[in-house]
Amino acid sequence: MREITYVEALREAMRMAMEKDPSVFVIGEDIGIYGGAFGATAGLLDQFGPERIIDTPISEAGIAGACVGAALTGMRPIGEMQFSDFVVLAMEQLTLQGAKVRFMFGGKAKVPMVMRLAGGSGTGAAAQHSASLEAWFVHVPGLKVVMPSSPEEAKGLLLASIYDDNPVIFLEHKLLYKMKGPVPEEWYTTPLGKTKLVRAGKHLTVVATSIEVVRTQQAAEILAKEGIELEILDPRTLRPLDMEPIIQSVIKTGKLLIVHEAVKMGGFGGEVAAQIAESKAFDYLDAPIRRLAGLDMPIPYNRNLEAHAVPQVDDIVAEARKLAQGVY
Amino acid sequence: MTPKNNEKMIGGVYSREKALELLDTMLLVRSFEENAEEMFAMGKVHGTMHLSIGQEGVAVGTASALRPGHDYLLNVHRGHGHFLAWGGDVNRMMAEFTGKETGYCRGRGGSMHIADVESNNLGAQGIVGGNMPISVGVGLSIKAHKTDQIALCIFGDGASNEGAFHESLNMASIWKLPVIYLCENNAYGMSMAIKKAINVEKISDRACAYGIPGVTVDGNDVVAVYKAIKAADEYTRSGKGPYLVEVETYRWKGHSKSDKQAYRTRDEVKEWMAKDPIPRFAKLIGLSEDEVEERRLLARETIKKAVAFAEASPEPDVKDILEGVYA
Repeated sequence: MREITYVEALREAMRMAMEKDPSVFVIGEDIGIYGGAFGATAGLLDQFGPERIIDTPISEAGIAGACVGAALTGMRPIGEMQFSDFVVLAMEQLTLQGAKVRFMFGGKAKVPMVMRLAGGSGTGAAAQHSASLEAWFVHVPGLKVVMPSSPEEAKGLLLASIYDDNPVIFLEHKLLYKMKGPVPEEWYTTPLGKTKLVRAGKHLTVVATSIEVVRTQQAAEILAKEGIELEILDPRTLRPLDMEPIIQSVIKTGKLLIVHEAVKMGGFGGEVAAQIAESKAFDYLDAPIRRLAGLDMPIPYNRNLEAHAVPQVDDIVAEARKLAQGVY
Repeated sequence: MTPKNNEKMIGGVYSREKALELLDTMLLVRSFEENAEEMFAMGKVHGTMHLSIGQEGVAVGTASALRPGHDYLLNVHRGHGHFLAWGGDVNRMMAEFTGKETGYCRGRGGSMHIADVESNNLGAQGIVGGNMPISVGVGLSIKAHKTDQIALCIFGDGASNEGAFHESLNMASIWKLPVIYLCENNAYGMSMAIKKAINVEKISDRACAYGIPGVTVDGNDVVAVYKAIKAADEYTRSGKGPYLVEVETYRWKGHSKSDKQAYRTRDEVKEWMAKDPIPRFAKLIGLSEDEVEERRLLARETIKKAVAFAEASPEPDVKDILEGVYA
């Protein structure tokens, strides 16, 4: 199969949706002639023109509100937050308006919009341009929260998100943009709310998200040489969360490690741990549930400090090895 | 409604029939809210509400200049009057106010979120200025669909100090979106006097920052409101872009249910009560006080029937509690 990058896959999804459906448009800062801060919309202005690739002033609340209003009135907007951190300037529109309007109106309105966010650390962008804010959105009923970890899923999940009738927060990772992988050329969707088994194994279940799925796969290769077989699951959609495959895996392995880049306190991993503790898998646990997550701090600028602030492959190897060997 | 012979038209703009209809709507809004206040005092209503008593002229003057049902309405939290003037059904509205399943939002929204999406009424708004960024999207949508609609976005004086006001008016102006921004200046936020909250004479002065027209008119004068909105409509619907209309009015009642109103004097309230838009418009039509009273009684009857409808309506079933969170 043809290989393209994660950001090319995202662009292809947007292009295909816009070619098929005049109600789809993209709106955000510097997405036109500049092509977006990370190039996700490069070339789309030429193909679709300024009325469908809408370059905005620096107005995040305006971008989010424009998506809500357009979605309420028959469009399928895709908004872009240049850095995921900037979404805090748009939280009112996303959480108080977009997420709630359908419910408040008795189920008589729908808000089919996607807000794409470029998140994560590793680019030296420091504390205000490197956050992983998924847990903020996971806490909001009415939103869906999607985090693709591969080019194939970037395309399939984005197309599914565009065609979902709910507001979707779509969290991309900046370090994944250049990652290459096989991506089908045709139209396809990857269903929301389906956890994926990334790698089968018997010693330890690892639930990871976004770039940590990639790092966990690398860790699994290293550990396999030691005879430790990781079973890796990627929820892909954090809300709604498909727990059943995770429960079944924990029943099988008896051990659970959760890995994400966002800080541990109040993070998404706590939710997975709690749901396992509440489930029938609890009786099968042979060890405490462990979480490997970002340190409780803003992302530092210095390259070495930055790398140490979030789980790297070595950290996953060390933590998984300890858990598999019963050392904790 | 455009008169061929101005002499015969009420205020030069309304047929007598239309003027009477608008007067009746004002009386209905007044009765709805007086009744709402009473129900609240009697403990029959749960939650809160924001009464627009004294501001009814804005609602009917505005709606009569536009095309309710065809155009989009983005309403404000103090929005009962606009909802009824926009053609809302008083029974379903009362049912929503009392949290019943037959209400516009099946009792899930309440006074602050009454909406009728099917008729392009995108609802009242619980966040000050929260509908302004949404109006940008509605404007983009109208342009994309190439219809001759406009969106009416209503907000209060307080909202004009939110960042959303600036972002929205700027975006609407650069893209020439078909949105009429109606600032209902009723002199106060919750307690903050607008005079203390801005350093310009009029809120409409801010329009120049966006290169769009801005006017201020007397909101208790139905005809003045109509004319201002009509001018905005002609400008906006023809593709020239957004327009800011500020109407000066006054809420007679407190901000919401428990307001001691320490921030204003009784004399000030009385002064504004003397500028009641209802008798003022009735006088323009040429009705006697008795004739107005007759009509007021009819409005109260309608409200009584609406209360009876709401009281006879079922409560939402708890088994449906999660419905509507997701599509």
